[in-house]
Amino acid sequence: MAKMTYREAVRDAMREAMRADPLVFLMGEDVGKYGGAFAVSHGLLEEFGPQRIRDTPLSESTFVGAGIGAALGGMRPIVEIMTINFSLLALDQIVNNAATLRHMSGGQLGVPLVIRMATGGGRQLAAQHSHSLEGWYAHIPGIKVATPATVADARGLLLAALQEPDPVILFEHATLYSQEGESEDETPMQFGRAALRRPGKDVSLITYGGALGKTMNAATQLAEQGVEAEVIDLRSLRPLDTETIFASLAHTHRAVIIEEAWKSGGFAAEVSARIMEGAFDALDAPVARVCGAEVPMPYAQPLERAALPQPEDIVKAVQELI
Amino acid sequence: MNETEIRDRVIKTLSGIVPELDPHTLKPAGNLRDQLDIDSMDFLNFLIALHQEFKIDVPESDAGKLGSIDACVEYLTQALRQRAQA
Amino acid sequence: MPRLGADMTAGKVVKWLKQPGESIKRGDIIAIVETDKANVDVESFIDGVLEKILVQPSDDRLAVGTPLALISAEAGAAPAAPTATPTAAAVPPAAVVVPEAVTPAAAPPAVVPAAPSPKKPAPTVAGARARVSPAARKRALELQLDPAALAGTGPQGRVTLADVERAAQGAPTQPGPAGPVAVKEAPTQPGPADSAAARQLRMREAIAAAMARSKREIPHYYLACTIDMKTALDWLTERNAGRAVTERLLYAVLLIKAAALALREVPELNGFWIDNRAQHSEAIHAGIAISLRGGGLVAPALRHADRLSLDELMRDFQDLVKRARAGSLKSSEVTDPTVTITSLGERGVDSVFGIITPPQLALVGFGTPRERPWVVDGAVVPRPLLSATLSGDHRATDGHRGALYLAALDRLLQQPEAL
Repeated sequence: MAKMTYREAVRDAMREAMRADPLVFLMGEDVGKYGGAFAVSHGLLEEFGPQRIRDTPLSESTFVGAGIGAALGGMRPIVEIMTINFSLLALDQIVNNAATLRHMSGGQLGVPLVIRMATGGGRQLAAQHSHSLEGWYAHIPGIKVATPATVADARGLLLAALQEPDPVILFEHATLYSQEGESEDETPMQFGRAALRRPGKDVSLITYGGALGKTMNAATQLAEQGVEAEVIDLRSLRPLDTETIFASLAHTHRAVIIEEAWKSGGFAAEVSARIMEGAFDALDAPVARVCGAEVPMPYAQPLERAALPQPEDIVKAVQELI
Repeated sequence: MNETEIRDRVIKTLSGIVPELDPHTLKPAGNLRDQLDIDSMDFLNFLIALHQEFKIDVPESDAGKLGSIDACVEYLTQALRQRAQA
Repeated sequence: MPRLGADMTAGKVVKWLKQPGESIKRGDIIAIVETDKANVDVESFIDGVLEKILVQPSDDRLAVGTPLALISAEAGAAPAAPTATPTAAAVPPAAVVVPEAVTPAAAPPAVVPAAPSPKKPAPTVAGARARVSPAARKRALELQLDPAALAGTGPQGRVTLADVERAAQGAPTQPGPAGPVAVKEAPTQPGPADSAAARQLRMREAIAAAMARSKREIPHYYLACTIDMKTALDWLTERNAGRAVTERLLYAVLLIKAAALALREVPELNGFWIDNRAQHSEAIHAGIAISLRGGGLVAPALRHADRLSLDELMRDFQDLVKRARAGSLKSSEVTDPTVTITSLGERGVDSVFGIITPPQLALVGFGTPRERPWVVDGAVVPRPLLSATLSGDHRATDGHRGALYLAALDRLLQQPEAL
């Protein structure tokens, strides 16, 4: 157990994996000399050398494709895409190749690739650099999608992803990198399980990634008003741990889903639909969603704040349900 | 029957119609309907109860003369006196 | 536990008036049940022998549909000795489950299946379904409650799981000192926990549930007309003038009789809305809105109000008000009304546009007759004018039928001697 930042936890996990397995390597834009756009890989070049810490050209399709090739060839690559916004340039490689090859080869060709990328808004980077498209990736069978929201998960989920035989995408919310916390898990984390972050009996707040902190904040405010909110951190969007969600609904009977992404076609809609399908009779109120405003992300700080779910929005949504 | 006795019996009769009646707060000169929220059925029952209590039949045309406790006492005092003289 | 009114969800057994082994005729009062509104004498709906009492009197609130006793349906059978083993097992005992208030009292079959589920409440039209959460709906089904009849505390009045649980366990009794006003002449003393305040609260909840359901489900239309009451009031004054106080008529009786007779002319307004259609009633049982001392309201039936003479009607009316206020109504009186009549004339209200008591089809309202200028034969004269109103269920009738009804009412009140 050690106190460290989210950034350090990701770095530690990569270091540990590379020390343990010579097949693991990291590549991406500025991961080497620069130490990573978010300084995640700072110091790794010195330890592991340019063969294993590889700077790439600004060509996401190319280096993600190279990562897929390396994985097919028996390596365990970690590919860092600077942010989710640029991952759109690699969508063809991810969706058409990484996700499909095991299926199309009749099980012969697995792609044990881990792709890490920063996601989300909240840093005044405006409409082209603030996307939350995790839900898009979670739509695709053949890849797994995880959203570490705590320091412990940043480390644990990366190590667990490296044990998976198929492609895994890890979404690291960019506002989390400097967050401090305990990194404790020595035992490998089980992939695909949601975490109960706060027990409660009145309402289930279901969230993931960068919205977890705001949700916990809202739960604290609600507790002051006598409402005991249960907070569930999904951690994995695909596979989705509906068991944990339904178990929570069985005693809270109300659900609010919180995510930064836009509401239309967002992942919150998927969670909501799963609840209708699997826990309809447990519901005492319609499922509510608190999502990002349906606008391209504004640059101005007050507008950006207004466009993203805030604790007061979550509190209000809960109050309307109870 | 003196006036005090008549008054006591009127109030007793009325409390048979209005169980929660409090003789201490009832204003003797105040309007009964307004004070006690009684309706025409209650009032008719009050007249019937007075009839049983005092053996005096209040004609319909006189019903308006029994609007308060004081008025009832006055009306009944006169009616009883007339009956005694007759 | 019979449903004594559309808004009832649970009740307490106060007292049994028949003992096991006793023969029972249809209509006999077998028990007293306390609803949120009153103590009600429960009448048997079949002939038979009271086989067994399943629920002893207590403060437990039992959901509507809970079996209270077993009655064997062998009419005229010799009462079995209490100790004798019931050998006549060929006819299984019937569970006493009084049918839904509005179910036509068909001859009961020889064998009533034990503990049938209560009939589904009057269903609602698509799009106007009561707001009941899925969890509440499921729990209500398990408890055999009608969730649509409960007062919802959730957002937008939604009935929640907690509301159903509360109804099943009995309404919340407010902690606090026992109410200062004991109910006088109630057949039994209420339990100590059952304060007047708690009863008030439950009555409010029952009224809230029924009225909210009405406004939620029933598309009301409202009509009003002004009736010249001079003839009727003059006739009444003359009639009462020569009579002892015990023989007098209240003017409300004229209104009730006229309202009931007018329903004969427009029978579409008399009956119930059940299963998405109007079910008219041959009998005219006028539910009379009676305000209770200390607040609240009941509307028990003056049965066959159209067939009784004015004197009979006055007698029954007086008796009904007295018992309603003493809290001892009969189950048939609570469940029978086919229409509701309300008169707010006592306190100077001009007109009342009432909310229909579900699942009835109409409500007739009367205001205060007042001296006002009125044109008669081309001359302005003072006349006591009364506003009569009709609230109708637009699913069942249209304004035109309603207008015919008010016209009939006016005509009938112009001939008081014929009432």
